[in-house]
Amino acid sequence: MSTLSSELSPPDASRGREPAPSPASERVIILESGRAERNYWRDLWHYRELFAILAWRDVAVRYKQTAIGLAWALARPFLTMVVFTVIFSRVAKLPSDGSAPYPILVFAGMLPWFLFSSVLSEASNSLIGNANLISKVYFPRLVIPSASAVVALVDFAVNLAMLALLMLWWGFLPGWRVILLPAFVALAVLASLGPALWITALNVKYRDFRYIIPFIVQFGLYVSPVGFSSAVVPEKWRFWYSLNPVVGVIDGFRWCLLGGQSPFYPPGFLVSLAVVAFFLWFGVHYFRATERAFADMI
Amino acid sequence: MSDVVIRAEGLGKKYLIGHEGKRESYVALRDVVARNLKGFVRSAGDVLSGRQLIVGDEVEEFWALKDVGFEVKRGEVLGIIGRNGAGKSTLLKILSRITEPSAGRVEIKGRVASLLEVGTGFHPELTGRENVYLNGAILGMSRAEIKRKFDEIVAFAEVEKFLDTPVKRYSSGMYVRLAFAVAAHLEPEILVVDEVLAVGDAEFQKKCLGKMGEAASGGRTVLLVSHNMVAVRSLCRRCLVLKQGRLLHDGPTDNGIATFQKQTVNSGAVRLWNDRASAPGNDVVKIAKVAVASDSSDPNQQITMKSPFRVDVNYFVNKNNVRLHLMFHLFNEHGVLVLTTAPPSMEHKNAAYSSTCEFTGGLLNEGTYSLKLQVVEDNWHIIYVHENIASFDVIDFEPRAEGWMGREPGVVQPEFPWRISELAAS
Repeated sequence: MSTLSSELSPPDASRGREPAPSPASERVIILESGRAERNYWRDLWHYRELFAILAWRDVAVRYKQTAIGLAWALARPFLTMVVFTVIFSRVAKLPSDGSAPYPILVFAGMLPWFLFSSVLSEASNSLIGNANLISKVYFPRLVIPSASAVVALVDFAVNLAMLALLMLWWGFLPGWRVILLPAFVALAVLASLGPALWITALNVKYRDFRYIIPFIVQFGLYVSPVGFSSAVVPEKWRFWYSLNPVVGVIDGFRWCLLGGQSPFYPPGFLVSLAVVAFFLWFGVHYFRATERAFADMI
Repeated sequence: MSDVVIRAEGLGKKYLIGHEGKRESYVALRDVVARNLKGFVRSAGDVLSGRQLIVGDEVEEFWALKDVGFEVKRGEVLGIIGRNGAGKSTLLKILSRITEPSAGRVEIKGRVASLLEVGTGFHPELTGRENVYLNGAILGMSRAEIKRKFDEIVAFAEVEKFLDTPVKRYSSGMYVRLAFAVAAHLEPEILVVDEVLAVGDAEFQKKCLGKMGEAASGGRTVLLVSHNMVAVRSLCRRCLVLKQGRLLHDGPTDNGIATFQKQTVNSGAVRLWNDRASAPGNDVVKIAKVAVASDSSDPNQQITMKSPFRVDVNYFVNKNNVRLHLMFHLFNEHGVLVLTTAPPSMEHKNAAYSSTCEFTGGLLNEGTYSLKLQVVEDNWHIIYVHENIASFDVIDFEPRAEGWMGREPGVVQPEFPWRISELAAS
């Protein structure tokens, strides 16, 4: 090879220019069929700036394109809260948790539900929405759905501020447990990221999977304890009811926000946690398995 | 060998294509149910385990790239040439990690950036400033890096005044300039450039090629994919020639280009219709053959901008005493009508004819052309039209002065005599 090198090097190689970028900083990448990349997670960390900028793009675009962006983010949960309070409390005469005002009970359940459902719908459509990036540039694809989840978190922050105002209005303050709220926020995001990763990966190949999202969102609103306390579910069903991962998340939120007046049901919570963990594992696993072929199919 | 930055061995990329199998002569409901159920179970299994779902009963493998092995050294500028579908883009996609190989392995040292398309990820709602950061991050620059080069990028793109305007309000020229400016300020160890980059106007192409030459002389490794033999010849000393996914040549550029030229001419250049019933035409005229060839002894010679070429048409006339002529419209790849040419009308009888039109050399510009055939009766009555009856490429591989290597703008590129003389001082 050394005899060839003088022949094959470009015309001006002999001019003694300095070699470009220091080889010390270079990583050797090996591309092979079916090779599970060992440093995938490190790569993901390496691309954190891309994550930040994509998340920022999604947020910026969302609030730029809609003239009433913020108003819409405020009106939707507020009106839902009013309707649910009237239906479940006034019409169906369901009890609240302890002395918590019913609107606050509803709002504390609605917060995680909206977070869950918007992460699910944003992340599920994210790969298709960024098809041009996927077929043109390399980066760990996991960046796209997770960055899109940030938009949902921004909406969540707006809603949380509303809840704070409502609580002030009623003079109902959460206790020390509220410091655990971030943990449950993370749980809500993880709970929806699992199925979202699976659906978004399926979406790349089979575009009709996106139609499942509005169905889950609409159906889930009624099977999850959003408008009512999960304490109204008969004791013997409680365990099975917790198979719905959102149940654990909502119970956790209420436990944090309603000053412990909301009963906490540990076995059910553990079941929800297990379901969340399973879906997350499955979603990430499936995503990783199909990720390498995205560019061929999208 | 520490200075090898890319080492590929036995590289292959396979795609699976499904075909519908032969159906039985009669169909029993039981079979249909059984087959569909089996298909459904298989599909469901594939979906759950993340395998590719194939529609159809038979699966065919298609190798877009097979058994390709080569090495690239630091600072080398390597050209990759081949016809459409030869596997060039697949190779680039593998090297830039967009898709993974199905066989073989590649070792890459350092950051690879691909200029497969400028402006990837630009968002129309965001301002110019915001898009610079977004696009830079997508192409792999860090925030600090973009910040450092920001002024330079903006100056290069000449859009200072419109930095805070959403790019959807940009003119297409401004858009492309900004996009290219970001890409041009990437400083990867390995730069991959695809031809699609060279679709802009001549000035833009000049900028691209200039930037590439700069990168190469700065000691970066550059991989250049192109149909433009002139650019390949002047930028690369070594090139790869791909044909149907296989490596045909790896070595000095001149030999590579010769290898590429010898490959069979564009399959569209000769069209034969042996069966008179299905041949194109009407009840008066039937076309039997259309051939476009370089006017030289070697039938496989490609048509260049300088070489004359000929178009032959064989046809039958099914009627006696009819005044006809067959004429051509010549279109370029943008659908622009370049010229029309027609012979004088002639009395035909029921017989086979052959007509030849000789095009002079030094007329057409580089590009892909197509011919439209018209049959005209009695000088004005068009009785038959066949769009795109043949297509062919006109190539350019003779370097011109001043080192300019792109395609000159303009529909035609005729050779006119020029005379320049010094005037006597008054």
